[in-house]
Amino acid sequence: MRVALFVPCYVDLVNPEVGVSVVRVLRKLGVEVVYPQGQTCCGQPAFNSGFFDEARSVGRHFMDVFEGEEWDHVVCPSGSCATMVSHYYPFIYENLPDERDRAEELAPRVREFSDFLVNVLGVTDFGAKLEGRAVFHTGCHQRRELGVLEEPQELLKNVENLELLDWRNEELCCGFGGTFSVKMPDVSVAMADEKIKALVESGADTLISCDSSCLMHLKGRLARKGRDTRVLHLAQVLDGNGG
Amino acid sequence: METKKPANRRETEDRRPEGLTSPVEGFNDRARRAVRDEELHDSVELFTNKSVAGRNAVLNALPEAPELRERAYRIKQETMANLDRHLGQMADAVEGRGGNVFFAETGEDVVRYIGDLARRRGAKVITKSKSMATEEIELNRRLEEDYADLDLEIVETDLGEWIAQLAGDTPSHIVGPILHMNRRRITEVLSETAGERLPPDVEALGSFARRRLREKFLAADIGITGANFGVAQTGTIATVTNEGNGRLVTSVPPVHVVVMGIEKLVPRFEDLSVFVRLLARSGTGQKLTVYTNFVTGPRAPGELDGAEEFHLILMDNGRSELLGTPFEEALYCIRCGACLNVCPVYRQTGGHAYGSTYSGPIGAVITPLLKGGKEAKDLPHASSLCGACWEACPVGIPLHDLLLKLRNKQVQEGITGRAQGLAFKGFENTMKNPALYRISGKAGRLAQRPLAKAGAPKTLPGPLGAWTNSRDLPKLAPKPFSQLWKEGI
Repeated sequence: MRVALFVPCYVDLVNPEVGVSVVRVLRKLGVEVVYPQGQTCCGQPAFNSGFFDEARSVGRHFMDVFEGEEWDHVVCPSGSCATMVSHYYPFIYENLPDERDRAEELAPRVREFSDFLVNVLGVTDFGAKLEGRAVFHTGCHQRRELGVLEEPQELLKNVENLELLDWRNEELCCGFGGTFSVKMPDVSVAMADEKIKALVESGADTLISCDSSCLMHLKGRLARKGRDTRVLHLAQVLDGNGG
Repeated sequence: METKKPANRRETEDRRPEGLTSPVEGFNDRARRAVRDEELHDSVELFTNKSVAGRNAVLNALPEAPELRERAYRIKQETMANLDRHLGQMADAVEGRGGNVFFAETGEDVVRYIGDLARRRGAKVITKSKSMATEEIELNRRLEEDYADLDLEIVETDLGEWIAQLAGDTPSHIVGPILHMNRRRITEVLSETAGERLPPDVEALGSFARRRLREKFLAADIGITGANFGVAQTGTIATVTNEGNGRLVTSVPPVHVVVMGIEKLVPRFEDLSVFVRLLARSGTGQKLTVYTNFVTGPRAPGELDGAEEFHLILMDNGRSELLGTPFEEALYCIRCGACLNVCPVYRQTGGHAYGSTYSGPIGAVITPLLKGGKEAKDLPHASSLCGACWEACPVGIPLHDLLLKLRNKQVQEGITGRAQGLAFKGFENTMKNPALYRISGKAGRLAQRPLAKAGAPKTLPGPLGAWTNSRDLPKLAPKPFSQLWKEGI
């Protein structure tokens, strides 16, 4: 099995360790990983702000980079960016037959990291170990557009010494929402505080997600509130890169 | 804040100081105030949690719910595709039963029709029930102003709506109009109206409201209601209610006027079995509401109740402009309020932050469409696009996709502003060009060096300030992934 790794722009620039963990986990499972050098971003920030032309243009670049027969799948450690490509590319190229065909062909090959592990490789027990009491936050796109809800939980349940806790209103958005967090800062922070309140009530010491963007937002707020909750991407947990 | 000002004026404790007539721009400012209002937050949380839990329970117990949702969507799709024909059929059916039908293009047309009717009938008291459409066009205020010489007394009779009216307030939720008020505030409003201190318990307050409203029901010359559904085939108006006041408004006064948005049509009577089952479950978590009323025209010879005169006003007010556009699905809404209850933004801000009759996700979609995009330009951005609204919608309206399309419409219409346009042009150019993307990353790492020395930055200029005011901004990593890859993992 050969996969192309899509490392979203903020993972590349802010959380490269997540990308490193993804590579290690995939290699341990015998997957050959390629990293197409021309990659940048999926175009989601422009798309979410209504700049569809700009998003289409970035999307064309993305498709140029990731189309190809040299790999079986494109794996992405972000539910949100995977959704942009597999769900929203067909949406933005709706009226452009050439691009739409390209997007529809690429869409099913783009897989979010936990989806790829569980549904493509059939792995649910990676044999990882991590001490802690954790809650898992499912990013909204991963939950609703991708429907990848059980997969990360299954992987986490099999992590030795890790207690996975239920938490209140776990389906609520964390308030990041890309530019939403900048445009509507007060509401965005209030939403983060709601999640943090539930996290504290649950008694967890660790917050895990498949989306570094949600984690960046919640981590920033946790830090400002003076909380030392450990914040990890699923790939880091499996990789044993849990701090 | 205690207030002794007379009721019926907006200067009482109103959480929406801008009032109805001001532009709906300014969501952010109102939201900022709302998220700091703990009393509001507690009330909204209590209501939405209860509604969501109830909804989940009854929908989980209805195995055919997903199929009903699909059918509801198809029925609405079919209705909108042939709306002209269905409206014609509706009008014929109502007139065939001896009712009057009026097509109102705008809110003004509705006000004029009802004002003239009130004059002709020599009406003094008008009772109302179940009408968001008349809230949308501010019917009460306009009748009072434009027909001042008639000295009409217009009384809302849904308990929550009545309390809002007494407080000079406006509804903040489609189903729970005064969920933003707590018991203390409700006791205050009703005590003020009663002219005596009422005890803060449901029994006493309810009994006062019942006494006072009964006088109005009996005195009413005209009853105005909305319609949850209008059945084109039979000319039937269906209303689903919990309080019983709806029946007193439709059957006691000699004149019954229905103000119905043209999108409320369903083609056939049997379609109601789909919508009625979904509406109560989605809105309040009930299997059915306490009353489901069907009114088909005025009292016929030999019938014991019903109005002498029946008027159906089919109100357009911007709706038909959405037909055949990418926004048509917004017309499928059955006003159940489920999207409000699950929306994390609504849950933090309450309804008044939206500055219009319709709040929450559906409000953020239809307000700009009905009022004009410029005036409501904040609303399409009042969402993190989490999709909870679409998941909860019993008709399957892709609300978050419509919000995205509205944002795109703003860009195309040039409402968005030059700065953002330039920013995203820059984004496009950078992301199309891997070399430029790498250089930008490098520049960012260099630029943050002096800032990062003192730990997490606390204040930054421009949009980043929104982050640093309340969150620690993440630092760029010393080496991006692309470099780590080159160096070997």
